[in-house]
Amino acid sequence: MIAIVDYGVGNLFSLKSSFRMIGQDAIVSGDKDVIAKADKIILPGVGAFGDASRKLRATGLDRVVISEAANGKDVMGICLGMQLLFEKSFEYGEHEGLGLLKGQIVGMEGRIPADLKIPHIGWNALRFRKESHLTNGIREGDFVYFVHSFYADGCGDSLIATAEYGADVPAIVGKDNVMGCQFHPEKSGNVGLSILKAFCEGRK
Amino acid sequence: MITKRIIPCLDVKNGRVVKGVNFEGVSDVSDPVALADFYSKNGADELVFYDITASFEGRKLFTDILTDVASKIFIPLTVGGGINTVDDFDRVLKCGADKVSVNSGAIRNPNLISEAAKRYGDQCVVISADVKRVGNEFRVFAKGGREDTGLEAIEWIRRCVGNGAGEVVLNSIDTDGVKRGFDLEMLRAVLQAVNVPVIASGGAGGIGDFVDLFKSLPTVDAGLAASIFHFGEVTIPDLKRELKNNGINVRI
Repeated sequence: MIAIVDYGVGNLFSLKSSFRMIGQDAIVSGDKDVIAKADKIILPGVGAFGDASRKLRATGLDRVVISEAANGKDVMGICLGMQLLFEKSFEYGEHEGLGLLKGQIVGMEGRIPADLKIPHIGWNALRFRKESHLTNGIREGDFVYFVHSFYADGCGDSLIATAEYGADVPAIVGKDNVMGCQFHPEKSGNVGLSILKAFCEGRK
Repeated sequence: MITKRIIPCLDVKNGRVVKGVNFEGVSDVSDPVALADFYSKNGADELVFYDITASFEGRKLFTDILTDVASKIFIPLTVGGGINTVDDFDRVLKCGADKVSVNSGAIRNPNLISEAAKRYGDQCVVISADVKRVGNEFRVFAKGGREDTGLEAIEWIRRCVGNGAGEVVLNSIDTDGVKRGFDLEMLRAVLQAVNVPVIASGGAGGIGDFVDLFKSLPTVDAGLAASIFHFGEVTIPDLKRELKNNGINVRI
């Protein structure tokens, strides 16, 4: 079973539906025991980093995600949930992340050409950076749907795929059992569903 | 680089899609789920569902259908029609909408956009403006284009974006239904005024009009249309192929 961590941030309807679509049992839960017992964990999120990380800490679910990741359980963050996996974010101040991946979250403003609109909203193509089971069912150049204004910088060897938007925007990241997608796989048609399916099937 | 988006708009009344012809492989084109599935499989980048029901029962049917669509279709869904309060945002977002478009509701209640943006984020709030030329200026119209609000449109749209609207749908009443192309002049004025995505609506009569749109206005983000898709005059795969042949970046 997949646990989608519910800490009061964002709309989890489509995410839950997308797992049902690929025949996977997923439960939306804010219960520590349920999350600890799940086979895999999805950390979702939309909105501002500071607010989300505060809520995650207030519920104590940050420690569950960290300890389950340390136990080797597969964890995937989506959109802001991916950003939360990193060390820190500079979105309106400086906020600490979960520190499960190396790197920090920085604003696009000033780092991409001024004529490009922020947020980065829409369908953009993936360019592969390293081998991963997550991209087994898709091809380089496939499109996924992004909505964000901040991105991960200094990901080092966790970079799996990027998208070009005036900068190489980290799109899929992962190191061992900790993974993330900056885009919304649950809104990226069959390509997104393939990535979720690959996550469920696990590392070979 | 990000692609230009093609967006079919589905008007829903009492749970059924209004107007349309039969497509091969779609048993019932007035069934929102069947039609949404068809468009999604044929390359629509996003779908807009517009609730034109006035009754309470119709609203309930609409959210039931939205739930059904969102549990089967995995591309972005925007919902509009009858959005007057933050509770209305809540009602449709819970059913799986990703973005909510406001029109008359934002004219009646100037705080609606900022309240919704604060709660759900700018990316969730779309200002949809029905605009028509009156004398020398662009004017915002309400109630489905029937009522002149007296508001100057460019300033109004700029203010909505300042309040937190993350995207603009510009529907030109002057070109809507005429099928002789999008309102490039009006779009240009809006594109110069705001720095969020702008979606062109009103006036598409054929594939050439979309080519014209994206070639003339490289910063416009998307083209929206209803009847030409529903009546099969333009298919999205043909449209996207032609856009690609013209050097326009699309998702194929």
